[in-house]
Amino acid sequence: MTTRYSAFSLFKEGLAGQTGWQPAWRSPEPKLSYDAIVIGGGGHGLATAYYLAKNHNITSVAVLEKGWIGGGNTGRNTTVVRSNYYYPESVELYGLAHRLYEGLSKELNYNVMLSQRGMVNLCHSTREMEIGARTVNAMQINGIDAELFSPDDVRRVAPIYNFSPDARFPVFGGIWQGRAGTARHDAVAWGYARAASRLGVDIIQNCEITDFIIQGGRCRGVQTSRGAIRAERIGMAVAGHSSVLAAKAGFRLPINSYALQACVSEPVKPILDTVVLSPGCGVYVSQSDKGEIVIGGGLDRIPSYAQRGNLPTLEGVIAGLLEMFPIFGQLKLMRQWAGIVDVVPDSSPIIGPSPLPGLFLNCGWGTGGFKAIPAGGTLLANLLATDEHNHISRPFDLDRFASGRLIDEAAGSGIAH
Amino acid sequence: MQLFPCPFCGPRDETEFHYGGDAGNARPDGADVPIDRWADYLYLRTNPKGTAREIWVHMNCGEFFVMERDTVTHKVLSSAALGGEHVA
Ligand SMILES: Cc1cc2nc3c(=O)[nH]c(=O)nc-3n(C[C@H](O)[C@H](O)[C@H](O)COP(=O)(O)OP(=O)(O)OC[C@H]3O[C@@H](n4cnc5c(N)ncnc54)[C@H](O)[C@@H]3O)c2cc1C
Ligand SMILES: [Zn+2]
Repeated sequence: MTTRYSAFSLFKEGLAGQTGWQPAWRSPEPKLSYDAIVIGGGGHGLATAYYLAKNHNITSVAVLEKGWIGGGNTGRNTTVVRSNYYYPESVELYGLAHRLYEGLSKELNYNVMLSQRGMVNLCHSTREMEIGARTVNAMQINGIDAELFSPDDVRRVAPIYNFSPDARFPVFGGIWQGRAGTARHDAVAWGYARAASRLGVDIIQNCEITDFIIQGGRCRGVQTSRGAIRAERIGMAVAGHSSVLAAKAGFRLPINSYALQACVSEPVKPILDTVVLSPGCGVYVSQSDKGEIVIGGGLDRIPSYAQRGNLPTLEGVIAGLLEMFPIFGQLKLMRQWAGIVDVVPDSSPIIGPSPLPGLFLNCGWGTGGFKAIPAGGTLLANLLATDEHNHISRPFDLDRFASGRLIDEAAGSGIAH
Repeated sequence: MQLFPCPFCGPRDETEFHYGGDAGNARPDGADVPIDRWADYLYLRTNPKGTAREIWVHMNCGEFFVMERDTVTHKVLSSAALGGEHVA
């Protein structure tokens, strides 16, 4: 029986005809009660369960997922990992996630294929360069690596960009983060699931939460498509469906759900070895390890739970892509899809207790929560285990909307929304 | 491309419209409105999965109107000018 992944176990299993591999995680029947329940088997939910077990020694934990794990936004995202945000609160949060990502493959014994290929956010005018310099300064002061790129620097990392004199969005420079890059989305979900399962967490798929069990003004469990399951501590990380569950728990959230779409081309030989974002074109691009060009853009502008993209946004994104990289006009698109993202007015997540005692929130990541999975999991686990914020999660509490202490990362979120 | 019904112009491309928030989200009135009521008005949203009543504006003609829509199927159920006099 092979449980640890290593070059040696690969070799051993090769000799043994691949007969000793075990399923990566157990799929037990749900129990009637747990110490803690995590709703949503995306990256944030699975990471929460893992850190509950690992950091807090709470192993009587169930992750309840209505479909299959990673089938939400975690498995639909364009996998950019970075921490080039503006405000100190965000830097603490995304900086923590970024550092944890750097050690994640080793920690989980699962290759999440983190590729720190660097990312450049282009500046298309002298005004944008001034803002770029301000952003780089802020990042450096906050202790995050950042560099202001000249046009020649951009040409060095992205020579196929449209540098022609009549380009609609000429390059004046850019904001560079060398530690940014991409990771394999499914591997992040599967790696956390496997590591959590090995610490005793039950991962229950095809288990939809249909209601909350509320007694004495406290959340004491959930009704699911597989029966009632009780716990005194419940965390929810359901992204675009946060408002739907909040309504069942009796409160509203500062969230609108929108479709965010992406597409990939047929695989081609290596041509782009970094991530390039153009605010002017409203597009960001990278090349996957398989060779596909991975293309992302802005939100579909119509509130939606349809989990499919609409044509006008796709057309705009492709037009922007061809303006950035005319050479990609030869590519054929292979797939296009969308996820339902939870957009918050200040483009920052909500982490903290909900208005219903016993129920805790991890949501509002909108278009950019893949990069934050290790931090979102760490912080929700800490809340569930201790009932208290730590200094990193505190600023992201729901109470910031009444107090007015918003953390407005409209620019840091990358693409306008 | 989906067509949305502007009560003034009739069916037009979805790209000509802008979403303006929940219908019926009235601004609190008076000097002693509690902070939570302001936060509710400014930030909290119903964000329903299914039938939604929303304010939209047709940017070409400037008409503000209430559109009832299904947020899962994107089917438009009704559209009425804010005053209620034109119904498409
Ligand atoms: C096209 C696209 C591109 C993106 N690109 C990036 C990027 O490049 N970088 C980045 O950092 N972020 C990106 N994001 C955002 C990122 O994908 C999300 O913020 C992140 O994956 C959210 O993780 P999660 O675990 O909170 O949500 P999800 O992965 O969506 O998981 C939530 C889970 O909850 C489950 N659920 C919902 N309701 C219920 C219920 N009633 N009962 C039980 N389970 C339920 C869902 O089935 C789902 O599996 C992108 C998103 C999209 C859609
Ligand atoms: Zn009109």
